[in-house]
Amino acid sequence: MAGNELRVTSSKNSIFKARPILVALWFSILFLPFKGAKAALILFVVLSTSIVLSRSLLSYAKSLREKGQAVSNRIRTIKLSTRSLFVARYSLLLILIALPFFVRDYLLDIAILTGIYIILALGLNVVVGFTGLLNLGFVAFYAIGAYTYALLNTALGIGFWPSLPLSVGLTALSGFVLAVPALRLRGDYLAIVTLGFGEIVRLVLNNWDSLTKGPNGISGIEPPYLMGISFWRLSNYYYLILIFALLTIVIIKRVYSSRIGRAWIAIREDEIASSAIGINTPMYKLYAFAFGAFWAGLAGALFAGKMQFVSPESFTFMESVLILCMVILGGLGSIPGVILGAIILVILPEVLREFQLYRMLALGSGLVLLMIFRPRGLFGGKSVSLRS
Amino acid sequence: MYLLEVRDLTKHFGGIKAVEEVSFKVREGSIMSIIGPNGAGKTTLFNCLTGLTKPTKGKIYFLDKDLASLPPHSIVKLGIARTFQNIRLFREMTVLENVMVAQHSKAKSGLFGSILRPQGFIDEEKTIKEKSIEYIELVGLEDFTNTIAGNLPYGSQRRLEIARALATEPRMVLLDEPTAGMNPQETSEMMDIMKRLQEFGKTIILIEHDMKVVMGISDRIIVLDHGIKIAEGLPDEVRRDQMVIEAYLGKETH
Repeated sequence: MAGNELRVTSSKNSIFKARPILVALWFSILFLPFKGAKAALILFVVLSTSIVLSRSLLSYAKSLREKGQAVSNRIRTIKLSTRSLFVARYSLLLILIALPFFVRDYLLDIAILTGIYIILALGLNVVVGFTGLLNLGFVAFYAIGAYTYALLNTALGIGFWPSLPLSVGLTALSGFVLAVPALRLRGDYLAIVTLGFGEIVRLVLNNWDSLTKGPNGISGIEPPYLMGISFWRLSNYYYLILIFALLTIVIIKRVYSSRIGRAWIAIREDEIASSAIGINTPMYKLYAFAFGAFWAGLAGALFAGKMQFVSPESFTFMESVLILCMVILGGLGSIPGVILGAIILVILPEVLREFQLYRMLALGSGLVLLMIFRPRGLFGGKSVSLRS
Repeated sequence: MYLLEVRDLTKHFGGIKAVEEVSFKVREGSIMSIIGPNGAGKTTLFNCLTGLTKPTKGKIYFLDKDLASLPPHSIVKLGIARTFQNIRLFREMTVLENVMVAQHSKAKSGLFGSILRPQGFIDEEKTIKEKSIEYIELVGLEDFTNTIAGNLPYGSQRRLEIARALATEPRMVLLDEPTAGMNPQETSEMMDIMKRLQEFGKTIILIEHDMKVVMGISDRIIVLDHGIKIAEGLPDEVRRDQMVIEAYLGKETH
């Protein structure tokens, strides 16, 4: 599925833009095996008319907006928007804090999962979005973080807080170790090496029975405690995740808008030029890998503490693809975009749960559609391309 | 005082001798031009000087330090900056960001500085920004500070590359065909920029095809042909040199 999206976007397909009918045709052919010719025909008609309609509506709205912009005073609109952004940000924070008081446990569960994925996606964004190094084995770092905490806790009885720095540190170190041989590679070749790394870690976890209990996984992991408060309760764990997610956002944002972040972006844009203006490119690539892995380690430890159980099944290649999809969907390199991408890709499958069989199909085709109409992702930073 | 001394510099790519035992010296504060037909090895020479390719043989002394084994970023730190023949800007970054990122090796704050943002970090960012704006003004791009670099017109992109090179605070600037593809108006503006750089005490090595530019501003000229230095001297000497004329116009057969 991911292969599809990447291919479509890397060629920046404008055929679809020009001919909405083709999009409709493509989808109806996709659905043909499921519902037969008649249903496919109906789908084709409905889709093509709705696409044509929505496009004309969109262009109408655009012309309206342009008119509006010409009339209104520019400076005033900017001032207003920063203020409304401020208000929006704090009301959002209030809603997030109040959430456990008025939602069911099921929704809280999803919120916790979303938070973990936001941390993961933001970490991967450092490597793929900022530095432009395609990493297809990111889940390996997630697994290392989760298993480190799981093992420290179950085998040695170390609690969550003392093992957190250990598991996060070990994960960052493993990011460093992976990056050393990968430094000489670029683009597609690097992607394959990282893919291999991801599989190796999963296979080691699966087969090192004496340590990891193999495919059975490790159970009985303690949830975190802090000053007598157990985070076993869902609402408490929710706040824990909320705090860590906010911390992740703030720290990554700050690093992004510093000399280090600028160096990463420069490497993404042009590696040779970066070295010619004095950036130690190998060092900063290492940095990006380790820094990205750091967050995956944090997410892994939080995941293990939440589930109280880890097994290699949670860390398959599809998981790497899912995280990468979050980053690309939101817009490579854009922090709010990646957050939104993570939210959508966690919540959408839950919303579509009723559709059972069609769930993955609808999700996949939805992604393809989005990439066609917004090839730079929802918040569009850098265009999506496999080459660095 | 000689800022740069190149001794028997040789670069082979497999069987191709791109640069063959080239030696020269560059006086501090002067403008040295390197000319020669296409494929003469000029850009390869630049790549050796900036560490992008490792020379097969020979020594490069910059302020009495041998550059031949140093990585590119260390060479920048010593004070050599360059522009590229095929413009290499950070296309998705703004003009300001392009110049800011070039002050990378001048800044010091690390990971914790950027996360905790102490006063030192804020001051440093402010200085970087102010200096960047100065460099942008120097090349006359102050009206485009927040433009995405890839959207700039061609001539402005070349100027931005120079601003970016200057932001590394070099003692010597290597310009690879800075006027390529420019109209006469833009070319003379570029010559003004180069003269201004010389007034600031920068040493310039210039690869250039436009003879008006070369003869107009060079203190010395080196002529390369098939990787070999065939002539060196003042503009007037080089202009009359028989070997140079042959390299450019071909040998008389009779």
